[in-house]
Amino acid sequence: MTKMLRRDPRREWIARNRLHPEHASVLREQGEGAVSEWLGPSGVIRKNPRAIGFIGPSGIKRIDRSGAQQGGQATGSSHQAAQDSRRTVTIEAPAFLVAVVPELTGGRLSGHDKDLLGLARRLADADPERPGAVLAVIFGQHKGEGGGELKEQAFGEAGIDRLLHLEDDAYVGFAPEARLAALSTVERELAPRHWLLPDSPLGGADLGRRLALRLGERPATGVWQIESDTEALSGWRCTARGAAESLDIQRQLPRVALALAECAEPVDETRHAAEPLSLTTAVPRALSRIEDLGQVAVDPAGVALAEAEFILSGGNGVKDWDGFHHAAKVLGATEGASRVAVDDGYMARDRQVGATGTWVTARVYLAVGISGAIQHLQGIQSCDKVVAINMDPGCDMIKRADLAVIGEAAEILAALVAKVEQQRGGQRDAA
Amino acid sequence: MQPEHQGVAVTVLVSVGRHPLTGRARRADQDARGLELALGLEERLPGSRINLLHAGPRCEESESALRGYLGMGAGTGLEHLTLLEQPEGADAIPALAEHLASATPQLVITGARAERGEGSGLLPYALAEHLGWPLVNGLAAVEKVEHGVATLLQALPRGQRRRLQVRLPAIVSVDGAAPAPRQSAFGPARRAQLEVTPLAAERDHELAEWAMAPARKRPKRLKIIKSASARDRFKAAAAKAEGGSGQVLEGVSSEQGADAILKLLREEGVLPR
Ligand SMILES: Cc1cc2nc3c(=O)[nH]c(=O)nc-3n(C[C@H](O)[C@H](O)[C@H](O)COP(=O)(O)OP(=O)(O)OC[C@H]3O[C@@H](n4cnc5c(N)ncnc54)[C@H](O)[C@@H]3O)c2cc1C
Repeated sequence: MTKMLRRDPRREWIARNRLHPEHASVLREQGEGAVSEWLGPSGVIRKNPRAIGFIGPSGIKRIDRSGAQQGGQATGSSHQAAQDSRRTVTIEAPAFLVAVVPELTGGRLSGHDKDLLGLARRLADADPERPGAVLAVIFGQHKGEGGGELKEQAFGEAGIDRLLHLEDDAYVGFAPEARLAALSTVERELAPRHWLLPDSPLGGADLGRRLALRLGERPATGVWQIESDTEALSGWRCTARGAAESLDIQRQLPRVALALAECAEPVDETRHAAEPLSLTTAVPRALSRIEDLGQVAVDPAGVALAEAEFILSGGNGVKDWDGFHHAAKVLGATEGASRVAVDDGYMARDRQVGATGTWVTARVYLAVGISGAIQHLQGIQSCDKVVAINMDPGCDMIKRADLAVIGEAAEILAALVAKVEQQRGGQRDAA
Repeated sequence: MQPEHQGVAVTVLVSVGRHPLTGRARRADQDARGLELALGLEERLPGSRINLLHAGPRCEESESALRGYLGMGAGTGLEHLTLLEQPEGADAIPALAEHLASATPQLVITGARAERGEGSGLLPYALAEHLGWPLVNGLAAVEKVEHGVATLLQALPRGQRRRLQVRLPAIVSVDGAAPAPRQSAFGPARRAQLEVTPLAAERDHELAEWAMAPARKRPKRLKIIKSASARDRFKAAAAKAEGGSGQVLEGVSSEQGADAILKLLREEGVLPR
């Protein structure tokens, strides 16, 4: 049933009359109904400042003049709105292709990849009459795929129109020859106008240089800016870093470019189709003269904290330090600590994470008994996944964490260690 | 197996470096690391031969920088450096490729990128493509060389290492992960020989067309919050911890908690196998 608006002149009058004995209770009711503005008897808009606003988390009344008057819920709904505000773009018949080979660290598009895709979009969308399509070539050998992060959705939002997913055992690990053969096939079939790769040690720096030489191009490396230039053959000019970062080289944008992080703004206003593509011919088997024997176990304690991939960090909540060290060993994690743990002498100074310690970049940061003071959170800004174990469900570390477990640290760590050891024991028996 | 047959012929490509502050010529850091790697290899595999190779102009400044490498060879078999003399601005790749094709070393070690000029790090790739040899980048160590196959450790980001086997002859490039170079001894550096071969120059025309300038500072990216309402923009600017998206497990047993953590660690693939 629709709610009909009925005016009650008597109540309105009480609401206006601050000296009326029922004034407060009527106002309270009106506050619920959000009647804070009405047309007065003489045609003038009347406002009741007491009926607007809401009680903030600290018990103080807050007035929000932006129009969204929901306090806590506002973020959720506005987030939704931001998602929906993306314009959907479909490019049916592209005039040309811009091929991107993202590095996909851990099976996800990295920040560097997204910047690169932003650059690709600039190249593709330069002429609205004849738009190009961005083609991403990905080698789907990554583990993280099963986790559901690698969705068409994420690709589309990063600005990918066509997606070529190449999957084969030959691309696993360090396989530059097999990947090069695949990219040469893409070149032969689809002939993209531009090839863009990230100039990053793990991803495109190696593959991109190989590709360029195979295609007989002289690539631009360390590109950090492009501008349109009508005199250039490709219509673009680029600025690239050279000579150990001490030179800026300005040249025409060649067909193959290796770009640095932050070379362009990532796509954030449009959503693209990420339509799957496949090759019509088979990729020829490349004779491999390089054999990957797999990663070597390195002593995690010897890895510098700033570049460790997996950090187990302990704070004031850790009581059983022997158990903590044992857990780090079993999990193969590099140890970190909050300042309190360091000040109390449980950990060495060089293990401190945070504003006055080390800024870490771990992919997984497991924080045990750390409250998440701002100085500590600053240090873990660029961590991918944060896991917290803490007794206090209200602490700031829980707000930052992707997964939080509320409970006694020592018990949970012990259970985790037991599970990992049990599994490893099982594997050894099976082997 | 006879130990004297184990030796490998190694050629280390060296360039003239540039001190990052003063801009003076010096040993290039990565090339010196490459030479250090080769010297370590020679200690372990007796009978190995190390040659140094450089293509470029010969002048007082570059010569003293190049002698810096020879000074590292004091007490080892390293004696001379082959200098393919070319004028400034000439393309070094054809000259080097030709020399390597005729000298036939088993292992060629280069730095990942030069400290002067274009510094694009293309040289090892161009040589590999010219010669048709396999190439491994980011070398950290050579573990062993046996029956024409080298076992190498490649440096990955985050201090990780990967073991690779490569059929020789091969080109390997080193960067900051390789062992730090030893000091260069002045006396042996002075006395060592430079073997100079003058070459006809092939000019690098493309390079000459490019505009080069000292590196500008890159603009810092601003955090742009695109939101219609001032309230959201303010909140985003003043936000302390971004929250809300994470999963919180409350009131579960420690077993269940450990299971959830284990699942995440496994998904991210950080647990050692
Ligand atoms: C100028 C300045 C610079 C600073 N720089 C840094 C810095 O670089 N790095 C840094 O870390 N700090 C820094 N600090 C200190 C920072 O402000 C905090 O004091 C510190 O980070 C708190 O450490 P904590 O979280 O380990 O301890 P606490 O804040 O005491 O938190 C302990 C947490 O453990 C939980 N807990 C307790 N018992 C258990 C249990 N049995 N099981 C599970 N959980 C449990 C509690 O609920 C609590 O959340 C700095 C401070 C200042 C003033």
